[in-house]
Amino acid sequence: MEIRPILSALMRSKVAMVLIGLQIALTLAIVCNSLFIIKQRFEHMQRPSGINEADTFWFGSSGFGRGYDARATQLADLQLLRRLPGVVDASPAWSVPLSDGGWSTGMNLQPKQKTSTADTALYIVDDHAVNTFDTHLVAGRNFKPEEVVNATFGDSLHPAAIIVTKALADKMFPDGSALGKQVYLAEDPPTSTIVGIIDRMQQPWATSESIEYTTLVPAHMPYGNFTRYVVRAEPGRRDEVMKLVEQKLVESNPSRIIGKMRTIEQTRNEAYSSDRAMMIILGTVIFLLLAITALGIVGMASFWVAQRTKQIGTRRALGATKFDILRYFLTENFLITSAGLLVGGLLTYALSLWLLTHTDGAKLLPWYYVPVGFLCLWLLGQLAVLGPATRASRVPPAVATRSV
Amino acid sequence: MFSYYLQLGLRSLRRNPVLTALMVFGIALGIAASMTTLTVMHLMGSDPIPWKSDKLHYVQLDNWSPDRPYNDDGRSPDQVTYRDAVALMEAGKADKQAAMYKLSLPVQPANPELKPFQSLGRVTYADFFAMFEPPFAYGSSWNRDQDAQHARVVVLGRDMNEKLFGGQNSVGKTVRLDGQDYTIVGVLGEWKLRTRYYDLTNGAFADPDDFFMPFTTGIDLKQRSTGNNSCWKEPGDGWDAYLQSDCVWIQMWVQLDSPARLADYKSFIDSYVNEQKKSGRFPRPLNNRLPDVNEWMVDQKVVSSDVKVQTGLGFAFLAVCLVNTIGLLLAKFTRKAGEVGLRRALGASKRDIFTQFLTESGVVGLSGGVLGLVLTGLGLVAVRSLYTDYKSVAQLDWTMIAMTVVLAVAAAVLAGLYPTWRACQVAPAAQLKTQ
Repeated sequence: MEIRPILSALMRSKVAMVLIGLQIALTLAIVCNSLFIIKQRFEHMQRPSGINEADTFWFGSSGFGRGYDARATQLADLQLLRRLPGVVDASPAWSVPLSDGGWSTGMNLQPKQKTSTADTALYIVDDHAVNTFDTHLVAGRNFKPEEVVNATFGDSLHPAAIIVTKALADKMFPDGSALGKQVYLAEDPPTSTIVGIIDRMQQPWATSESIEYTTLVPAHMPYGNFTRYVVRAEPGRRDEVMKLVEQKLVESNPSRIIGKMRTIEQTRNEAYSSDRAMMIILGTVIFLLLAITALGIVGMASFWVAQRTKQIGTRRALGATKFDILRYFLTENFLITSAGLLVGGLLTYALSLWLLTHTDGAKLLPWYYVPVGFLCLWLLGQLAVLGPATRASRVPPAVATRSV
Repeated sequence: MFSYYLQLGLRSLRRNPVLTALMVFGIALGIAASMTTLTVMHLMGSDPIPWKSDKLHYVQLDNWSPDRPYNDDGRSPDQVTYRDAVALMEAGKADKQAAMYKLSLPVQPANPELKPFQSLGRVTYADFFAMFEPPFAYGSSWNRDQDAQHARVVVLGRDMNEKLFGGQNSVGKTVRLDGQDYTIVGVLGEWKLRTRYYDLTNGAFADPDDFFMPFTTGIDLKQRSTGNNSCWKEPGDGWDAYLQSDCVWIQMWVQLDSPARLADYKSFIDSYVNEQKKSGRFPRPLNNRLPDVNEWMVDQKVVSSDVKVQTGLGFAFLAVCLVNTIGLLLAKFTRKAGEVGLRRALGASKRDIFTQFLTESGVVGLSGGVLGLVLTGLGLVAVRSLYTDYKSVAQLDWTMIAMTVVLAVAAAVLAGLYPTWRACQVAPAAQLKTQ
């Protein structure tokens, strides 16, 4: 293909070429970086919580008045919950994964250790928690009922037995020997023994850097007059069980408030709402940007075709085939797009560096986004120019002989 | 003459309706994207109390562990301990001062038709109301004497008064919270806060407080805050041990009416901490800070990095749209070179041509701007539905509407100027010859 005549024709409308090139460069930079952010958010949201999300829900109960016995109510509530039809199991739980509120502490191998070996979330639960959350023991055993101690909130908590996640066990004991080992949840003894290891359970904080480091602590320990419960329903019966639970608990004790019931699915939606919003916003930007750029190319190419009708006719009259004309415009677009993409590659990394310095936890754009972006925009450019180019190829040779 | 050019411009725009639509939509989308994101960023970060934001200062004392800083970058804790809060309150060295924390209490309405419900309120000092200036619908705040007397009084938020008393004046009545009666001394009106800047440690976009009660009264309840609590060592057993501990859970604000007062207060807290060091507390180097409202909002990242990225991309999007429109106008005007040559040959000056084409591009820019304003409104509706927290910051205000119009005109002129200028450069003779 003869590139030189195309180039010299382009040189006659430098500004227009620069404008389209600039548009393509900016589009590449924005699209690549936005796609990368979308992918990161998507992966962030895809991490498994490690618990049964479909059938599980949670809620709080706050008692009021002087005569309220939080501990007795908690035990009675649990008995009632576990007997209800459709309930698989129930446990008290200070928090649940993704709920964005909870208790974390350092876990240590030595007393008075200066820097903690790991930061872990503590879920204060009873011996039904492993079954209620539907997590799976990969080593050791569940809590025994006698290990669930009565504790008072505000006093130091020294659980004799704890269950940790596999990730936390491996962090504490990289040689894989965590089961049966002693760890410190406080500065001083007594220590806690790891009696069981579960495969996975996330912390309450979706943004936590150590989201897999979780510890189950067996204790009946209301937070003042407040207790939080987690309930797992039989598959498919969650919503009816939620209504039943609310009704039965309200009936059972008038001097307390049953808080809003939330499913884990709702909790997940709320935890990731800003990530989802970011994905939607960036996705919209990408779509609109590609549409504008494609339509812009169509518009420009149409003008050029119209402007050169006479030249096209002359070329056709001198023996150029329809295909030659088509190829001319496709090549022209390819050249402009390529120039834009070269600048765009630099711009893409400039933007990526800006994002790196201005946002938390951003990563540098992986290299393969740029060549993929190149291919997409080349394709977009060719498709956009195809219409006007086809029209150009249909210009009859006779046009050259007509005067304006 | 102008109306004639306007006619010419409109006719020319009608001749290529698809292209005109493309140009107008391009500018409109660019303006909508940039203005929607800018509005959210602007309202999130805007000064919530401009007339005194430089006088209100947040107190940060570094009582953290000798082995590690509270924040990885060495910043002081974002809350203070109970004992330091009370010591600073009792010293009373600032012009006004208020320690506070968040508390959740069950409400037992006197009206039997209302079920008991959970409320989220704030435990603070009388000065809070003079410092942050919430509007009162009825009554007023409690006074400093009542702070000292552990008085069982409350100020109700507007929504809670609506719920309990149907919005009537309830001053003098009582409300029962967790089995205890409190006398209502004041009821707030609608407090339009974009960000709950006085307590950024518990979410800047949280709902307004249901009630306020004296700090001293709240402490008597021996109930922990529902806000954040951080400890670097075990507090020990029981409520009193917790109060004496180095756990931080209280927000402390002071009002300092002049730079001299600020300097005095800074040296006062420094000497307070140095005094405490003698008894073995505050093991870290002196690191007290007194950020004002705006500094504290930046420090607590009220404007999230997502919002900044969206705004940056919004403007990059606008740039693409402008480049797009410039290119299209340029191509269009270049095609009209013949017409320009003819008009010039018939005696039109460059100035006439310039006015004619600028009118045409101005029409494109302005219609793009108006459409952009409408789309910005829609964009903000979308933001509100995507981020339920952002109700208060995804709103168009007059500043932003004015800015949108300015941006639209600027965009239009920018997009139209160069193509217009190029169109004027046509040499009449050369154009006519080629025809």
